[in-house]
Amino acid sequence: MEQSRHIDRELEQIKEKLLLMAAKAEQIISQAVESLLQRNMTRAEQIMASDKEIDKLEIEIENEAISLIARHQPVAKDLRLLIGIIKINSDIERIGDHGVNIAQCTLKLGQEPPLKPLVDIPRMAQLATAMLKDSLDSFVHEDPEKARRVCASDIQVDQLKDQTLRELMTYMFERPEAISRAMGLILISRNLERIADLSTNISEEVIYISQAKVIKHHQEK
Amino acid sequence: MQTGINRLEIKDFNLYYHRTKALEDISMMIPEKKVTAIIGPSGCGKSTLLRSINRMNEMIDGVTVEGQVLLDGEDIYQQDIDVVELRRKVGMVFQRPNPFPKSIFENVAFGVRMGDNVPAKQKLEEVVERSLKEAAIWDEVKDRLHRSAMELSGGQQQRICIARALAVEPEVILMDEPASALDPIATAKIEELIFRLKEKYTIVIVTHNMQQAARVSDFTAFLMLGKLVEFGPTEKMMTNPGSKLTEDYITGRFG
Ligand SMILES: Nc1ncnc2c1ncn2[C@@H]1O[C@H](COP(=O)(O)OP(=O)(O)O)[C@@H](O)[C@H]1O
Ligand SMILES: [Mg+2]
Repeated sequence: MEQSRHIDRELEQIKEKLLLMAAKAEQIISQAVESLLQRNMTRAEQIMASDKEIDKLEIEIENEAISLIARHQPVAKDLRLLIGIIKINSDIERIGDHGVNIAQCTLKLGQEPPLKPLVDIPRMAQLATAMLKDSLDSFVHEDPEKARRVCASDIQVDQLKDQTLRELMTYMFERPEAISRAMGLILISRNLERIADLSTNISEEVIYISQAKVIKHHQEK
Repeated sequence: MQTGINRLEIKDFNLYYHRTKALEDISMMIPEKKVTAIIGPSGCGKSTLLRSINRMNEMIDGVTVEGQVLLDGEDIYQQDIDVVELRRKVGMVFQRPNPFPKSIFENVAFGVRMGDNVPAKQKLEEVVERSLKEAAIWDEVKDRLHRSAMELSGGQQQRICIARALAVEPEVILMDEPASALDPIATAKIEELIFRLKEKYTIVIVTHNMQQAARVSDFTAFLMLGKLVEFGPTEKMMTNPGSKLTEDYITGRFG
């Protein structure tokens, strides 16, 4: 007695659009990391344009989700999915912004010789990129277990960020001429850490959508 | 489950229309001074269940019941229960507004006049005024109390019927799709009214409108084929129902 529902087609469309936007955000992050590690300034400049597309998609998705709520007054899983989409939408948009910030720092750093060989930042970048990818996979396949694993990785990125900060502080104390470059790297690690945080948020939303559990701020029992 | 005080309880309840079982093993608590909604596909037994709470089913030919309905701990199906007194305590409002072809005043005073000790004129006027105020229609009719209730709009008539139910100071008010014949504005007024009435009364409402159940009720009972599938806080039912059947019904996957 399953009945086909008009709302399902609209939900599919809005999900597809969200995934298109997510793919663009993933691309921005990998380009930003690549340009940073390879000191590729042309790559860094391309990023700004992709971010404009993300901003446009974010507004479209938000409007469509609001319109869907107003017209269908969804309940239960439909309601959780739409609320989840609205939150993930804004998480992805901010991830794009962090990619742009990394690219801007990279462009600045490119004007001076490298301060030091990068060790922890590439590791953070790798972890954050993987978390973003896994959080989006967990959304696509509605896989709360995968989402939980993403949340568990967050702490590693936090630790790397603290480590990076401590290391770069010593550079700044010893060599004042290194301050602006060290600050640039600190900002980059801060942006990577935020990308990991936002990927964690996405995973928390996936758990909410599929299991109706709110696990934010470590509330899960 | 925390449901506050339970004044009304349905226990292992079965109802048959001749040989056909219309309600099967229903057990639920109806919390006091809350709104409980009964939802479910048409023909699932919502009205039958509602009528069971004040023995209105008895008027229907071929009805037999098993089990109990406890009001203040007392089974309303016991032999020695005074049915008139029961229906005073447990009033009912129907789907179609059904005022009598009498004045507004007489409609509201009707139940009180039918009672054992009819109050003096002045007291009766007070009761009518209080009831009309509680039913949020006093301002609209205070200058025409002695005009016919039939001249009013459908939404106003429904509020007159609610005032009539309130006049006898019930404890529980049963409402069977009270807004289904009304336009959106009249519906909103009834919903607003229900919201205020629960300060004083226990309300059980049958509705086929899911959004209405979501808006007005504190607890929801989901019925299917005469069985209680799920009962719980409305907020939980609308965001995370416990049963797949409930989920499929409220999200419109069947029905
Ligand atoms: N007076 C009656 N005599 C015989 N069967 C009835 C009577 N009223 C209702 N029924 C049957 O009982 C079942 C439940 O009806 P009802 O309580 O009116 O459902 P709902 O209010 O959920 O639409 C239906 O199958 C209906 O046909
Ligand atoms: Mg009915």
